[in-house]
Amino acid sequence: MLSLRNVSAGYGSFQAIVDVSLDVYPGEAVAVIGPNGAGKTTLLRAISKLIPASGRFVVEGRDYTSTPPHEVLGLGLAQVPEHRRLFPLMSVEENLRMGAFLPSARKNWREKLERVYTLFPKMRERRNQAAGTMSGGEQQMCAIGRALMSGPKLLLLDEPSAGLAPVIVQAIFDVVRQMRAEGYTVLIVEQNIHQVLKVVDRAYLLETGKIRNSGSAAELLASDDLRKAYLGI
Amino acid sequence: MTSNSTTFDGPSRSLQRNLALLCAAIIFCIPLIQPGQYIIHLLIMCLMWSYIYTSWSIMGRLGLVSFGHGAFLGVGAYTGVLLWNYLGVSPWLGALAAVVVTALLAVLIGYPCFRMKIVGHYFALVTLALSEVVRLIIIGLRDYTGGSLGMTPRTALAQGQEIALGAMQFADKRIWLYLVLVCWLLALYVWHRVDRSMARLALQAISEQEEAAASIGINVRAVKLGLMVLSAAMTCLGGVLYAQYQLYVNPENLSGIGVSLQMVFGVVAGGMFVMLGPTMGAVFLLLLSEGLRLLIGNDLHGVDLAIYGALLVIFIIFMPKGILGTLLHRYDTYVQKRRAKVDVPAKASATPAALSVLESRP
Amino acid sequence: MDTIFDIYLLEALCNGLLLGGLFALLSLGLNLVFGVMDVVWICYAELIMVGMYAIWWLHTAQGMPVFLACLMGIAFVALLGAAMHQFIIRPVLQAEPINQLLVTGGVLFFLQAGATVVFGIEFRNLGVQLSSINVGEMSFSMSRLLSFAVAAAAIVAISLFLRKTFIGTAIRAISQDRAIMPLMGVNPARIYLTASALGGGLAGLGAALLVLQYDVHPAIGLSFGPLIFLICVLGGLGNLIGGFLAAFVFAQFISVGGFFFQLEWGYVFAFIFFIAVMFWKPQGLLAKRA
Repeated sequence: MLSLRNVSAGYGSFQAIVDVSLDVYPGEAVAVIGPNGAGKTTLLRAISKLIPASGRFVVEGRDYTSTPPHEVLGLGLAQVPEHRRLFPLMSVEENLRMGAFLPSARKNWREKLERVYTLFPKMRERRNQAAGTMSGGEQQMCAIGRALMSGPKLLLLDEPSAGLAPVIVQAIFDVVRQMRAEGYTVLIVEQNIHQVLKVVDRAYLLETGKIRNSGSAAELLASDDLRKAYLGI
Repeated sequence: MTSNSTTFDGPSRSLQRNLALLCAAIIFCIPLIQPGQYIIHLLIMCLMWSYIYTSWSIMGRLGLVSFGHGAFLGVGAYTGVLLWNYLGVSPWLGALAAVVVTALLAVLIGYPCFRMKIVGHYFALVTLALSEVVRLIIIGLRDYTGGSLGMTPRTALAQGQEIALGAMQFADKRIWLYLVLVCWLLALYVWHRVDRSMARLALQAISEQEEAAASIGINVRAVKLGLMVLSAAMTCLGGVLYAQYQLYVNPENLSGIGVSLQMVFGVVAGGMFVMLGPTMGAVFLLLLSEGLRLLIGNDLHGVDLAIYGALLVIFIIFMPKGILGTLLHRYDTYVQKRRAKVDVPAKASATPAALSVLESRP
Repeated sequence: MDTIFDIYLLEALCNGLLLGGLFALLSLGLNLVFGVMDVVWICYAELIMVGMYAIWWLHTAQGMPVFLACLMGIAFVALLGAAMHQFIIRPVLQAEPINQLLVTGGVLFFLQAGATVVFGIEFRNLGVQLSSINVGEMSFSMSRLLSFAVAAAAIVAISLFLRKTFIGTAIRAISQDRAIMPLMGVNPARIYLTASALGGGLAGLGAALLVLQYDVHPAIGLSFGPLIFLICVLGGLGNLIGGFLAAFVFAQFISVGGFFFQLEWGYVFAFIFFIAVMFWKPQGLLAKRA
């Protein structure tokens, strides 16, 4: 469904990712793992076209390399950004509503809202609460819900477990499992390898901007590369 | 106006210094060739406004864009004249009093502004309001100031008398020429010194980034306030000079937003980040207004201001470095290309960025 | 004759209330634009002035009925705001904030001087006379009451727009987190343009209300421009609710100050009050962001 070929991107003269190629097939859950500073967030930013990048980007067979950033959502790629990035002064419901801004998503947004509330009952409880006042885990749920409001095909999750307590992290990855069950294709970028490799089918190892290894989740868990990348041994 | 790396340490520095000295020498000698009263008057006006614009730009180039320096101009002009006319206080002392009032005003306005995060916007709006308030006060005190009709300093020159030193009135324009020349050179020197110390501060700030944000924050605030007082005081003195030279003051010419904006435009047109930029701007504006007067005549009042406004917009969009700034930038790049065998990497954008980096800390 | 209660003071207070509504409307546009784009339209009052002239000209020179002239005026200033954004502000949006301030300063200069050239410096009046209403010994002009009613209605309408519509919600969102708007499928450029048109339209509406009560001349922007700025700063730049409250506070200063002294001094006192508050609470009465 999503295809990257020889993608490089960076900030100024610093190239954070170099010559990255990866694929995500429909219905899959794929992870991009790597230590801090590997370029994971840069990768997701490049995929959503938030930053300029070289290389080829293809979604569902369509080359979207030169698509402007605000049209990427319309192609079915919804991102849940790092640190959630909810609109802090707006209520949960308003945040969710913003997710349905796309003309195609606006039509039946209340239905979608209902489905998100069913998925995340906590959100229904807090629907009128200011998003900035919620806990990290609740914010994450809201952020995921917001991404779902656009009716996407591919969900991009940027470090969903960052800054959350282990119990909450469990809950979040349970949600990811649920997403998979509902038929969403998922691409997760994560530092927390143990949790994420339990949820995904395949994974890529990103280290200092380059893809070092890839394979099924089981393979990677057992591989040496991982140990080297994370522990330096 | 993103990078002023050229003014940081470029070869254009010494070029400007030499140019300034050369101009000063030429101007010094001009009266010897008896060019006539009109030329001398033009020179005096050029130098005076160059002085005033340079005073403004001491703040402006560091991102503290004041839209209300007319207030300080007005305070300077009117304080001197009022004290002389009603209390017989010599304008020399009156200038001192004016500076004190101006400094107080500057602190009053600057202190709360500099505590806020988006300084630039608040500062612009508040100074704009200040210049208008000063103008309204001048008009409101019409019983003393003559309101919109203006007032003139009581003349101290007896028939045929050339110099009334105590009253700061000189019939001989040449004296004014030399006086204003000295002031202009002093202003340039102050600009230069501020620039140097800002550079030092910027390097210090960048290297001290690990230190507690609070301590650097307070430091920056004090610096900004100090600069504001300096700039305001200098502008105020410009007002005193203007009043004593023209022997007529008027709230429209010397306070309010008209003259404030004109100051801004002049400096921007000349080049906000280079030492001789404001001077260039003053000359440019004077030539422009004289030229327009010849072309259109005195009938269409307001056309020149409309053109200023349009030019300001065009300058900002297409030539934000100003006339001189752009020229000097080209000169610097040219010289550096010829000198260096290795590409000189663009230096980090200097002082305005440093101050704003410190500002953006939580 | 111990009149503790001066009826004319009450009248001034009530007039202050009416004035407050008008000020609130005027500051709404400025706050909206700043909230969305972090750009202050220094020339905001001059846009209003141009709107006033447009309405005056349409009615007096073209013979259009007042109501229609007002509508056209509003549309005209809305277009002007959008055009100003598109051609003048957009090129400098990525540059330092100083440039944006300077560029709108240039527009201020240009509009004020341009109006002088085109219309001259005489005071122009719309020639509309509305009656007054008497409540006891107090007298309130219809135009003041009308202004208040229209302003109140407009403020309510804008609030509903910002709350209930998608675009309105996007406008509120963009002021809270600009960078992720593309992830919502929002084109920031379009929001900016919409907000600019809206800001211009509000200026036009303000112009319509002002031209009913006051004469117009090129420098009229200076009479209330700085005041609007102070109101916005006091309420916290970009904070719509703060601006709303600050508007009423200032209006009272002007009204009551003008009651006790000449009008100019009311302005001066308002400024002094403003400085005092700035010393005490520099973020404004209610700052936009924590």
